[in-house]
Amino acid sequence: MKILTLLSVFGPYLFTDSVNIENSAGQFFSSGHTNNWAVLVCTSRFWFNYRHVANTLSVYRSVKRLGIPDSHIVLMLADDMACNHRNPKPATVFSHKNMELNVYGDDVEVDYRGYEVTVENFLRVLTGRLPPSTPRSKRLLSDDRSNILIYLTGHGGNGFLKFQDSEEISNVELADAFEQMWQKRRYNELLFIIDTCQGASMYERFYSPNIMALASSQVGEDSLSHQPDLAIGVHLMDRYTFYLLEFLEDIHPSSKTNMNDLFKVCPRSLCVSTPGHRTDLFLRNPESVLITDFFGSVRKVEITTEVLNLTHPIQRVEGSPVNGESHREVYSYVDQLPVSEIIHQKPKQKDWHPPDGFILGLWTLILLVFFKTYGIKHLKHIF
Amino acid sequence: MAAHRCRYLACLLLLFLSVILVTMSQETTLGHEQHATAVDDPQTGAETKQTAEKPTVEEKRWEETKVKATTQASDTAVLSKTQVNEDFQEELVIRPLHSGDIYASFQFRTVWETDFMKGNKVSHYRLFPKSLGQVISKFSVRELHISFTQGYWRTMQWGQPFIPSPPGAELWVWFQDSVTDVDATWKELTNVLSGIFCASLNFIDSTNTLQPSASFKPLGIGNETDHRFLRYATLPREIVCTENLTPWKKLLPCGSKAGLAVLLKSEKLFHSSFHSQSVHIRPVCQDRQCKSSSWELRQALNVVFDLHTSGQSKREWSLFKMFSRTLTEACPLASSSKIYIDVTDNPQEEQFELSPATPLLSQAVVLGDRRTFSVYDLTQQVTFGTVRSLNLMIRWKSSEGDMLRPLLHAERYVTGYGLQTGEIHTLMYNNHPFRSFPVLLLDSVPWYLRLYIHTLKVISKGKDNNPSYIHYQPSKDRERPHLLEMLLQLPPHSVTEVTVQFERALLKWTEYTPDPNHGFYVGSSVISSLVPSTVAMETNITMEQPLFSSFFPCKEESSYFARVYTEPLLVNLPTPDFSMPYNVICLTCTVVAVGYGSLYNLLTRSFQVEEPNPGLAKRIANVIRRMRGVPPL
Repeated sequence: MKILTLLSVFGPYLFTDSVNIENSAGQFFSSGHTNNWAVLVCTSRFWFNYRHVANTLSVYRSVKRLGIPDSHIVLMLADDMACNHRNPKPATVFSHKNMELNVYGDDVEVDYRGYEVTVENFLRVLTGRLPPSTPRSKRLLSDDRSNILIYLTGHGGNGFLKFQDSEEISNVELADAFEQMWQKRRYNELLFIIDTCQGASMYERFYSPNIMALASSQVGEDSLSHQPDLAIGVHLMDRYTFYLLEFLEDIHPSSKTNMNDLFKVCPRSLCVSTPGHRTDLFLRNPESVLITDFFGSVRKVEITTEVLNLTHPIQRVEGSPVNGESHREVYSYVDQLPVSEIIHQKPKQKDWHPPDGFILGLWTLILLVFFKTYGIKHLKHIF
Repeated sequence: MAAHRCRYLACLLLLFLSVILVTMSQETTLGHEQHATAVDDPQTGAETKQTAEKPTVEEKRWEETKVKATTQASDTAVLSKTQVNEDFQEELVIRPLHSGDIYASFQFRTVWETDFMKGNKVSHYRLFPKSLGQVISKFSVRELHISFTQGYWRTMQWGQPFIPSPPGAELWVWFQDSVTDVDATWKELTNVLSGIFCASLNFIDSTNTLQPSASFKPLGIGNETDHRFLRYATLPREIVCTENLTPWKKLLPCGSKAGLAVLLKSEKLFHSSFHSQSVHIRPVCQDRQCKSSSWELRQALNVVFDLHTSGQSKREWSLFKMFSRTLTEACPLASSSKIYIDVTDNPQEEQFELSPATPLLSQAVVLGDRRTFSVYDLTQQVTFGTVRSLNLMIRWKSSEGDMLRPLLHAERYVTGYGLQTGEIHTLMYNNHPFRSFPVLLLDSVPWYLRLYIHTLKVISKGKDNNPSYIHYQPSKDRERPHLLEMLLQLPPHSVTEVTVQFERALLKWTEYTPDPNHGFYVGSSVISSLVPSTVAMETNITMEQPLFSSFFPCKEESSYFARVYTEPLLVNLPTPDFSMPYNVICLTCTVVAVGYGSLYNLLTRSFQVEEPNPGLAKRIANVIRRMRGVPPL
């Protein structure tokens, strides 16, 4: 009886609450990831490859706009186009002609630049095998609940991507790197986008689970550039990334667009090449994958109005006056060019090494000749 | 019975609910009290005692806070003594140059009275950036100077800069005496700085690190200078762009949101003839007696805007034209925020006109000369006028007047032809009419240019000039660069030429950069000297001096310390042909020729036995026999 009344009082409340919990739990765990990372690489050097840098910067811009912070983006640009001396408008990289959109912006942090963009560094970033003194901004510190976006652009061919005109990465190496990442639990889901000629060959060899790949052209096709700007003198963007940027400009952090729309981004009429995609390794249905799962960094935040008590108030440490007691010696500035001191400076005494090699041989020869001619018994005349 | 139970249950429920309500209300009131005490006065120790006895003396505490509110005036005096002493100053100096260009130099200085070294961990950062503070304490840095420069400072046209810097990136660090392995610490420090400034400083390794023996003495206070703790490296190839400016701006207390830093817009700053940003950390004297030291962080940005590339026909400069922004307020955290315009050449306003006019004038001795400056104090509201924004305009009326030639400047170039040998010439000009002064030349050449030191010649005015001090450290292939330091006396009104021949080495094919035909850079030479000054220099650096005149310490009044950098050199090394089609064609043709050729020979060659050639006698006999009709021998 008592139990029944108790239940009847608390029952409805519990029931509604459980439904709520299930709903919010369902929402919370549907995407499966808790943080987002992006690795954006431009692999081409020289001024006429301006469009590859513009491609990478436009994806960087979209990804930052949708919420991924700089600390979670590893941006690798093989050459500097913005402050290049051939750039008529320094500190800018444009993606649309007539200089409409400056994708370089005012707040950009490039992690790997110039000669640092090599195949070795790229693979080290992916697999996490970096020397211990590498700073945090140059590391991919992802865990098994991270969704990673990897974007590559440059010049490529059937099965390889050229880095800086001097080395290449093959599709087998890339697939192995992703497998290493999977084995080390470095990603939850991975979206791989590549905008090069014959880009589809780069994702043919993937064999790790949870990878979705997009490419701008099939094997045997070339990816074409979009439009030149007559003032700057080079092509500004590649077609696939141009239409990808236009598509992403319409996405905001809470939009519900899914991957099927991303696959339709650049039809053959606009792109001239046939973009391809690969979803067989991906466990979820592409229709249920949101664009913001990879391009944005939507974090689940719960606002509470409770007041938290600190256990004890923060004690301000009475800093002992650092200059007070210890030494009362007078400091002074060092003389910048103490001429007399420098002149009388003794040259650094290197450690004395016994004479070796040639000098030793020479002295031995001289002594031998001397003893041969004069004989040992004549030494007493000398000493 | 059941009814009793029901009532009993209801009472229990009511009691439970009331208990919950009471506890909740108690929590909120407690929370409010905590807030009040935390906000009011976090410094004094008496506070902590009171909060300990909080449950019983609540009313008394409220009274205490009221009392504190009224005696705030006397409290601030107490506060300033017990509070950690941090000071931030910002200034902008604008100097019109003779060629029509304009030189703007920003300096931001944070001085902090703290000790990073003596064991107590600093954890409360206010104005001093935390990333640099952690770098100083972790790597036991005594002084750190890093600069990123795009462009080359033309001393002949522009005079001397306030803070000189070479093209590319330059880093020199003095470590504390407590560091045991300086090289390992240096390597880690360069990696950490490359992450902070988004620059590829991780390319600094033993092949471009130097340990100068007499140059680059510490600019801060200190009593001993053991050059084992000094490391210097320069990367002449380093590009400077917005990605280096962004983290630099983030180190400022006000960021780029208020004060002078709002003018730092990358699109205008990089569209200039010269752009240099630097960070200098050193210990300085707190006051005249110099009994105690504080840490100083200076961030300097020098930029020279070109008259012609900014697309204007008449000579007129304004803040809006230079930076595309105007000023609206000073940084609230700054104790002083000033703009200085150099009007020394314009005493009666006959050369140019400055608007809005300002009554403040100040004089300062800088770079050996007494200069007059018009000062705009941004901490005064009256500077901004009624429009609440300050847009300085400088309009030129006449363009005559010549520039004083700088007393010291230098050049450097490579002569020779071909890809085997060459010669490096360094020229130093002393333009003083009757005084000679000492100059310390620091030359560093990478190992792949093998210097022939026996061909080193120093010639002034046609005669040999023997240096009073030479330190030469030869290079080791792939390990160490050449280091040459010489102390020379430059005779008055003369040119001193230092020449040395070199030979170019052939690198291994993996050591070439991806664009080897661009060439390889040789870092600038550094010339440190004590240049005689025309007016007496200030020998005591005080806190009230404007920042631009207090960077280099002065020991004597008759000369000032100046550092001049030469151009970096670009040399071509013999480069193999990396082009793929050529190599493929060569290889294919060779394989085809060797393989197919030998196979064809083996298959189609037939052998015939051949008689050896008979001697002369036999041949004559054979001829006679043929004539006779008899068969030959």
